[in-house]
Amino acid sequence: MSERVFMKGCEAIAEAATRAGCRFFAGYPITPQNEIPEYFARRMPEVGGTFVQAESEVASVNMLYGAASTGIRAMSSSSSTGISLYSEGISYSASARLPIVYVNVQRGGPGIGAIQPSQQDYMQATKASGNGGFRMIVLAPSTVQECVDMVYESFDLAERDHNPVLILTDGVVGTMMEPVVLPPMKSDEEIQKLRDAFKYRAIIGHPLGEAAYCRPGSVGSGQEQVNIEADKLYKTWDKDVRVEEYLTEDAEIIIAAYGISARICRAVIKQLRAQGYKIGMIRPIRVSPFPYEAFSNIDFDRVKGILNVEMSIPAQMRWDVDYAVQGRCPIRECLRSGGQLLTNEQVMKAAQEMIKEVL
Amino acid sequence: MAEEKKVYSRTKGVLENTVSGFCPGCMHSTVHKIVGEAAEELGKLDKLVRVEGVGCCGLGQFYVSHDAIIAAHGRGCAVATGIKRSSPDSLVYTYQGDGDLAAIGLGETMSAANRGENFTVIFVNNGIYGMTGGQMAPTTLLGMKSTTSPAGRSAEEHGYPMHMCEILNQLTAPYYLERVSCDTPQNVIKARNAIKKAFQYQLDGKGFSMVEVVTSCPTNWGLSTIDSLDFLREKMFAEYPLGVYRDGGEKKK
Repeated sequence: MSERVFMKGCEAIAEAATRAGCRFFAGYPITPQNEIPEYFARRMPEVGGTFVQAESEVASVNMLYGAASTGIRAMSSSSSTGISLYSEGISYSASARLPIVYVNVQRGGPGIGAIQPSQQDYMQATKASGNGGFRMIVLAPSTVQECVDMVYESFDLAERDHNPVLILTDGVVGTMMEPVVLPPMKSDEEIQKLRDAFKYRAIIGHPLGEAAYCRPGSVGSGQEQVNIEADKLYKTWDKDVRVEEYLTEDAEIIIAAYGISARICRAVIKQLRAQGYKIGMIRPIRVSPFPYEAFSNIDFDRVKGILNVEMSIPAQMRWDVDYAVQGRCPIRECLRSGGQLLTNEQVMKAAQEMIKEVL
Repeated sequence: MAEEKKVYSRTKGVLENTVSGFCPGCMHSTVHKIVGEAAEELGKLDKLVRVEGVGCCGLGQFYVSHDAIIAAHGRGCAVATGIKRSSPDSLVYTYQGDGDLAAIGLGETMSAANRGENFTVIFVNNGIYGMTGGQMAPTTLLGMKSTTSPAGRSAEEHGYPMHMCEILNQLTAPYYLERVSCDTPQNVIKARNAIKKAFQYQLDGKGFSMVEVVTSCPTNWGLSTIDSLDFLREKMFAEYPLGVYRDGGEKKK
């Protein structure tokens, strides 16, 4: 059933979502993710789904909230400043425990920033995507294939937890073309079965006495109970940590990077290994829950330093790395931001400086 | 002894043995009742979906017996778009106040109306923010005092009251727009018939409809329930004339 095709990141995201059974998409134009809504505009009518071009991000996130409340698989994408406008809606979906998939194809920031790629929404994505202290599982693909695989599984994660899920990618991965293997298309029967499982709480109308209510808030002690239940869920996410440890067994220097930055670092690590330097990488595949253990379990007798590489100034993921490392080795930074791309040369230079400093 | 015949019973659209929670003299409870009656008469209570705004209308979630989702403030028409497009067999209505629909939610309201989304808006216009304690609304009358216009609304500083039926009537897509009230038994019946008609149009797939209910707010107007009815008829109806602004069904006759 799987097929291998050559696709752009954004279009692969949209096709993978369609194959996962997504039948509702609402969005608003913003670069660099326009290929996602454009793809859905063509694709949804073919499979009996709905595409709505909303009048704003504020409207599209709330259309999603309504659609997901009926039990349909619903997704939307935006970019950085557009995701800021989604914040209220994301918070509502977390409070109402609706399984929605959001995609952030990051661009430069803060503010309108730049239309070119960045990784400047890490804190917003992993710590506070809206008010109230809720959390989401956040998947961070570094290839088009990972975009496909992560989008496909994100709907299952969202429905397993009755909680929104965020795909955190960027304008590089979103706009580059690569060969990918697409997952099988879920049949109409499978999709209906998934939807029926949600029927008891779907906002579609019920016989008297069985009414369903979708509430993002509550009165009295009700809201605290919602928060306690959510916290219980978040505490089960140790099993959901996904991390790649690349050539770390004998490494004396470890690069910390995710998404597109990790991909650039991989190329540099290969070059440095060829020169005899023992360098490796810890790559969070999901940035929430963060793989703290991968960093705290480092053998600091062997590892002399960590190079934190991100397309964000100031650094953001570094706070999580710091939290796990607890000052047991020096941490240096190699950063770009504002839509400026990280280059192999820049990472190479930073790595060589670290080699000089600690080895 | 003459045989007794039951001529009236409480709608099943609201919960049994439950009081509405609205202030004395508030017409929200009446509007809830007639929404329930309209859906019940159409035999569609089991398909009825309420998209609830934020404000006093938010008390309705503890009063209605049918499915309800609480929208973010102002986003009722966006949420209803998502629901109706995903569940076309549901009978979907938004229940929104003037701050919710005409201030923070103006964009969503206009755009959903312009797309001709096939759901019904119940717009309760009492000219003031009730739940938050009597602040100025887009529909507050000129000269009317509120906590944020303590000297009274002035055209120079605050602009003029907004007329949502008339504004939406500028768009091509809306199918049915009517302004009603609930100040007399006759007007309650008219309002119920308007809501029933709007629901029927939705069931027939005709597209966007809005029933604006001009009501009083004795608590925040600072008037007795009786005096507030006088104010409603003298001042509110003068600014917001009752009547049918558009009826796509009539046009075709």
